[in-house]
Amino acid sequence: MQTSTTDHESVSGQGLMKVILASSVGTLIEWYDFYIYGAMAPIIATQFFPTGNPTAAFLAALATFAAGFVIRPFGALVFGRLGDLIGRKYTFLLTLVLMGLSTFAIGLVPSYSSIGMLAPAIILTLRLVQGLALGGEYGGAATYVAEHAPVKRRGYYTAYIQTTATLGFFLSLGVILATRKTVGVEAFNEWGWRVPFIVSAFLIALSIYIRLKMAESPLFSKIKKEGKVSKNPLKESFAKKGNLKVVLLALFGAVMGQGVVWYTGQFYAQTFIERTCGVEFEQTRYLLCIAILLVTPFFLVFGAWSDRIGRKTIMLGGMLLAILSYRPIYQTMYGLANTKAKTEIAERTAVNMASALNPAGDSVYTTTTVKAYTDGTTLKLVEKKTVLADKSKPAPKPETAKTVWLSASSFWIMMLLVFIQILYVTMVYGPIAAFLVELFPTRIRYTSMSLPYHIGNGIFGGLTPFIATRLFDASKTSSNPTGDPYVGLWYPIIIGAVCFVIGLLYLPSKKEENRNEEEA
Amino acid sequence: MDSLKRISGFLWVALGLLVVYLMFSQAGTEIATAVKNNKAVLDTQMFWYIIIPIFTPIMLGLCLFGWYAWKGEYDRIEIDEA
Repeated sequence: MQTSTTDHESVSGQGLMKVILASSVGTLIEWYDFYIYGAMAPIIATQFFPTGNPTAAFLAALATFAAGFVIRPFGALVFGRLGDLIGRKYTFLLTLVLMGLSTFAIGLVPSYSSIGMLAPAIILTLRLVQGLALGGEYGGAATYVAEHAPVKRRGYYTAYIQTTATLGFFLSLGVILATRKTVGVEAFNEWGWRVPFIVSAFLIALSIYIRLKMAESPLFSKIKKEGKVSKNPLKESFAKKGNLKVVLLALFGAVMGQGVVWYTGQFYAQTFIERTCGVEFEQTRYLLCIAILLVTPFFLVFGAWSDRIGRKTIMLGGMLLAILSYRPIYQTMYGLANTKAKTEIAERTAVNMASALNPAGDSVYTTTTVKAYTDGTTLKLVEKKTVLADKSKPAPKPETAKTVWLSASSFWIMMLLVFIQILYVTMVYGPIAAFLVELFPTRIRYTSMSLPYHIGNGIFGGLTPFIATRLFDASKTSSNPTGDPYVGLWYPIIIGAVCFVIGLLYLPSKKEENRNEEEA
Repeated sequence: MDSLKRISGFLWVALGLLVVYLMFSQAGTEIATAVKNNKAVLDTQMFWYIIIPIFTPIMLGLCLFGWYAWKGEYDRIEIDEA
């Protein structure tokens, strides 16, 4: 593997920190825009998709979430090509504008009850624009920072860009929680969910202002001056075997596994805690926020460390730890919220029954049971039975909703388990920007690195909650109606294991990297 | 090490083809069962209609990767700087 910047003058000190800050703020906001949709998938499902079957509604929203991910490789191709033709600066400025406009617009779309099927159609379209924009953003930001940084410290400096994905997620959770607290749960579910989308417009405006002041990457400027800019980056990247084989290696030997580790740690963990364990909405988000905040500095630690011992060791180390420990981690998480294994304090059990007529004239009987347990856990079960006014129709099945409030000790243990999973994320994700940048030459770097990155992260990673939830639902049978809560983990474990073996066999080690640097 | 890299190439080609076969056969079985039982037909179809078109070309990419590995393309990675 040859590095491609042996002769460039890197920007140092304050100038470099300005470059990093300007790039990172924009990328962070793009991630924020992208994640608020995912974080609010259940609410969006009720607002924009036909009601009736909650699982269908949830899957429909996740499908839209997936659509945002699946489109990312196309964004990588469109904007990667543009970035290699006209430059990094204007390309990732364009992606920022597209992302901002589509996010802001999502906050304004009328619900399904107002405009019918047009609502999910508009939402899907805007979600696709978001995915397209994100597909072009990351490669540009990573390339831009790497092309400013000193060669031997690329891992450390590009790790700042790597923190933005997690911080963007943190920001999205924070804004959602703050809005929910301010307007109240009912108002949030009704209209307050739109606020985080609309807030994005201000963040994007700020970021565009910062980015407009930035200069073009010195490496790109140099090859442009020398007339060495690629005339057809797509052809050079993917139609020439010499480069295509490296694209394939990057995808199957590094990014594919990194993607599933990332999305398992940050997103499937959230889905699992909330949907499978039934932990309350705010408690889930608080523990995620704390874990993210504590673990974020490790992106820089592993990025810097990769400059010394090599990217491969750290990335594959994180991957191996993840695939070996996912099952015990998720078993412990499930156990923390599993009230069947806890001792109930019978005298503190409260049952409340109520009945009401819905707009269709059906009688709805609601039984709310609150149970307390000796370890401090609280469980709320809400059972709704509907007796139809029209007796000729079949009676609907009773609906039961379970909410668990973890005890203080369980909360912190759960947080620690999420922290460990995101620590693996910092290992696999911290060095990857530098790793990808170093694999490809400057003139086709934006295009070449963006595609494997977004297939690995957008498709293999982004579909993790979708596939894992589907596996869990499919495991529910008449003999086991609750299903196997851990079956969804097989997806990241198998993908991670295949990637680990390919990476171990084919990725060049630090020794080889050094040898190539000397030869370059 | 180079011979291990080359021999493993077969494994990646086989794995890619196996995954494509499994996806199609599993989709066929699940959709047929869902239609027969008239249960979660839309969910099942939607899942497979998303998964198959996305993962089939990627698995063919894995086959190509395996083919290159078998041909010794990964014995040493060389990138020419422009």
